[in-house]
Amino acid sequence: MLRKICKVNLIQNNLINSQYVIFRHLSAKAELNEAAESQEKKKTKKPKKALTDMRFKYPEFLPQPDNRLRNPVLERIMRKDMLDRRTQINIPEFYVGSILKLTISDPHSQGKTNSFVGICIQRDRTGLYSKFALRNVIDHQGIEVMYDLYDPAILKIEVLKLEKRLDDKLIYLKDALPEYSTIDVNMEPEILAEGGNIPVNDTVVKMKPFPWMQKWERQGLKGVEDLDKHLNLWRKQQKVKHDSPWDKYDLMKEYRKTITEEEQSEIFSEIFNRINKINEQHKQKAKAARRTISKPQNIG
Amino acid sequence: MFPSSSIMSSLKAVTRVSANLFHTTAINNEVRLLTRLRVVDNSEIGKRAMMEGKPPKTIHVYNQKKVGFIGDKVMVAIKGQKKKGILVGMKQMQKPKTPRFDTNNVVLIDDNGTPLGTRIFVPIPTILRTILKEKTRSKGADYTKLLAIASRFV
Repeated sequence: MLRKICKVNLIQNNLINSQYVIFRHLSAKAELNEAAESQEKKKTKKPKKALTDMRFKYPEFLPQPDNRLRNPVLERIMRKDMLDRRTQINIPEFYVGSILKLTISDPHSQGKTNSFVGICIQRDRTGLYSKFALRNVIDHQGIEVMYDLYDPAILKIEVLKLEKRLDDKLIYLKDALPEYSTIDVNMEPEILAEGGNIPVNDTVVKMKPFPWMQKWERQGLKGVEDLDKHLNLWRKQQKVKHDSPWDKYDLMKEYRKTITEEEQSEIFSEIFNRINKINEQHKQKAKAARRTISKPQNIG
Repeated sequence: MFPSSSIMSSLKAVTRVSANLFHTTAINNEVRLLTRLRVVDNSEIGKRAMMEGKPPKTIHVYNQKKVGFIGDKVMVAIKGQKKKGILVGMKQMQKPKTPRFDTNNVVLIDDNGTPLGTRIFVPIPTILRTILKEKTRSKGADYTKLLAIASRFV
């Protein structure tokens, strides 16, 4: 009897605690209750827009969100190393869907450098481990290459076209028609006006017939045509069975996937000044390089 | 409490069927025994096999693991004949900076390492330069002849 009562008490306590926890650790995206909002406003100021935008611009500075694997000292050292690397090479802002040209020193090739042009299909992991993958179709052959973003062998990263896509990952391009991932190797860079919003490319790709690499119909992709015409009855039923439309209301799931707003602003305010200084230096360097090229040389 | 025997037997039946019908793990895309490959050179036999829609099957991989990696020598069954080839593009996951292809590509060679064709249609990875040089032994097969007929490197 006593045990039962204890259990009930525990559960009640847990419930109260859990409410409290959700309330306390609301992630950056979730909306607060009105009462909570007024309280929050009194306690803390809202961070500046430049700071909150940095999570899209520099996603690799945020640590991975699994609490069991985190190491605050290591994260701090990594951030310092990343900034040090950024003083050596200009790592521009780019997103999944942008077209990049990457020049890399390659001991295997004859000229000792190698370059690859492709569409960025994926950005993975964080910190010094952050990776990205480029995809292109050359001579009717689909090719994907994965690079470490902070690899010292990288000589130059150029953004030929800065844009976003409708999805976070474009791995499905492997099963789409080749025209959607074919990019001209000698493409010239398109320059965007500074300070404007990043354009979103809303192309909807058509898929090849079966077999596919993954079950794309279950992933809720926005940049893919309606896949029902490819599916048989069994696969349609399975799609409905495995669908979980309640996931977007799961606050804890989102909390486990994200870094809280307070922590984000702490991290970015730490690097804000230095990264802006580094970017300014790279801009000046680029300007100086342009000036030397345009100068006519008079001999005699 | 154990479930009754009838339930257990039905469970067993379900697992047996499920194990036969579909994969429970992710696909590795490895080159193993009986994997179909794509011939990417212009050798007569390779071109005809690909045109007929009967791509070659791997019947042996010349390494300890029996799983083909990039630059490995394989024996293929192509149009009723046994031919040797070198893997020049892999579908499976690769290390950073090594390209990953949409198909498993092979270039046919003879016993001395001389390619049967005179041209390779698709790009081949630059890392093959080092790998094939290491595999070449003096007085043995010379695999580096393959690099000379490549049209493009990535």
